[in-house]
Amino acid sequence: MFLKFSLRSIFYGAGGGGNDIQWCFSQVKGAVDDDVAEADIISTVEFNHSGELLATGDKGGRVVIFQQEQENKIQSLSRGEYNVYSTFQSHEPEFDYLKSLEIEEKINKIRWLPQKNAAQFLLSTNDKTIKLWKISERDKRPEGYNLKEEDGRYRDPSTVTTLRVPVFRPMDLMVEASPRRIFANAHTYHINSISINSDYETYLSADDLRINLWHLEITDRSFNIVDIKPANMEELTEVITAAEFHPNSCNTFVYSSSKGTIRLCDMRASALCDRHSKLFEEPEDPSNRSFFSEIISSISDVKFSHSGRYMMTRDYLSVKIWDLNMENRPVETYQVHEYLRSKLCSLYENDCIFDKFECCWNGSDSVVMTGSYNNFFRMFDRNTKRDITLEASRENNKPRTVLKPRKVCASGKRKKDEISVDSLDFNKKILHTAWHPKENIIAVATTNNLYIFQDKVN
Amino acid sequence: MSEKLSADSRCEQRGDEKQDTQEKEAVVPERAEEAKLKAKYPNLGQKPGGSDFLMKRLQKGQKYFDSGDYNMAKAKMKNKQLPTTGPDNNLVTGDHIPTPQDLPPRKSSLVTSKLAGGKNSIPRKDRVLRAEEWTLGGLTLCLLVQ
Repeated sequence: MFLKFSLRSIFYGAGGGGNDIQWCFSQVKGAVDDDVAEADIISTVEFNHSGELLATGDKGGRVVIFQQEQENKIQSLSRGEYNVYSTFQSHEPEFDYLKSLEIEEKINKIRWLPQKNAAQFLLSTNDKTIKLWKISERDKRPEGYNLKEEDGRYRDPSTVTTLRVPVFRPMDLMVEASPRRIFANAHTYHINSISINSDYETYLSADDLRINLWHLEITDRSFNIVDIKPANMEELTEVITAAEFHPNSCNTFVYSSSKGTIRLCDMRASALCDRHSKLFEEPEDPSNRSFFSEIISSISDVKFSHSGRYMMTRDYLSVKIWDLNMENRPVETYQVHEYLRSKLCSLYENDCIFDKFECCWNGSDSVVMTGSYNNFFRMFDRNTKRDITLEASRENNKPRTVLKPRKVCASGKRKKDEISVDSLDFNKKILHTAWHPKENIIAVATTNNLYIFQDKVN
Repeated sequence: MSEKLSADSRCEQRGDEKQDTQEKEAVVPERAEEAKLKAKYPNLGQKPGGSDFLMKRLQKGQKYFDSGDYNMAKAKMKNKQLPTTGPDNNLVTGDHIPTPQDLPPRKSSLVTSKLAGGKNSIPRKDRVLRAEEWTLGGLTLCLLVQ
């Protein structure tokens, strides 16, 4: 209890929870027009370890990094704004001629490395290839060469009469992104997750059937640590949907499956971690089983809490918190949009039932957040047990406007300001959200726009 | 969309509560939805649900246009005989031979993301947007791109 209190006071603004905080609109990035080009669809959002940088990846293989302005923080009217810092083409479309496979350039995940020196590093991955990018600043350049003019033209040596020593002079800040490592050809199936180990030397990449362990310095080999491919593909019953390293124990990782189970593995136990150390599964009442049961139990995201004691999973209708010490059921379950249970037939027909929602923790692990349809997103306060639904919309565009909570009416009498399930726009889905590691700043991605919300600072 | 059900008439917006009672009431709409689906697609679920979805998921991205396949399929379609496939082969072969019209149009050229440009985001005034460096066989090239 004591430790929790002192951590709370250190975290700036990490207050009571989802409902005590008043969320305000801060910024929105992206095009206004409704006609969304496929390349602009945002596919991942991630804050770096300090929260100063915010990276997004899109279907067009591009990465855009925003940086928080430092100046305004002193004035404390609002926390600094996020502005474009760097943008680059991370992945390009490829074609595997041998298998007649089109390899999408869509960025599936971005993960930041903790900062070690002046430069920033991140891993970005598409379906097949992971790349380590270095983002560095250049604010000086050498001037005063003897054999070169300032514009780069070479001087005739015979015209040189005096010698001088070139010096570094300040220049306009330039941010450069360069690919430092390319980790390729290790995945037959589509990569869904990457996770950097707490040793900061290795990382894992997971596809539908296998998980590989890499060293950040070595690109020509990786170790296979999980392989669930059956000898006969006809016997295939489940696939890996997400994987993550434990935040503190460098030997521990988890992976989730399409059947709603999570396996925790210990790399000390054996080289190939096909046998789990722990299996987390909530027992299902067989009489409740329907055609949809397995599909909606498929876990779309798994995230450890910052403390490392809990992990959170997202399936189609709910968010579950698991205590790593208890395998037989989650300790907390939060319904995201239970009203969709009576719409499963239509959601199956329009493929929405296969949407993969992500989830995230706040810095103090007291609140969890996930997205929904109609550009709604939900927050659950684990302490107060209160939840809130908010909307990412350009209608609440003025900075420091407090967002109004939204409410969905499943059926029956619809109150004023409520929206009925049948009016929800299922094309407006919030799949990707991120929470600043230290402050109450959140990044919410709609289809092609990035919204930044902050709590009200008084 | 589907018609309203007579069962549940509450407005729903809650956190986790009495799990058991809620599950029992919730499963009625789920079963009703299943019945609806089976009515529309009677052949659904003949194979175990898992394999169908999973195989489709594993094969995402499969695209090909092979003139040999195309001509064979055109000829065979007349006899309504599709080529048989081995257990390991792509299940899509023979069933969905793409035609030139089916192929997606050429992807548009690579441009800067709208998140990084446009009137709604403010690029830093004191920065040149980006430079990219490649090392090609020991020679470092630097390209300034706006």
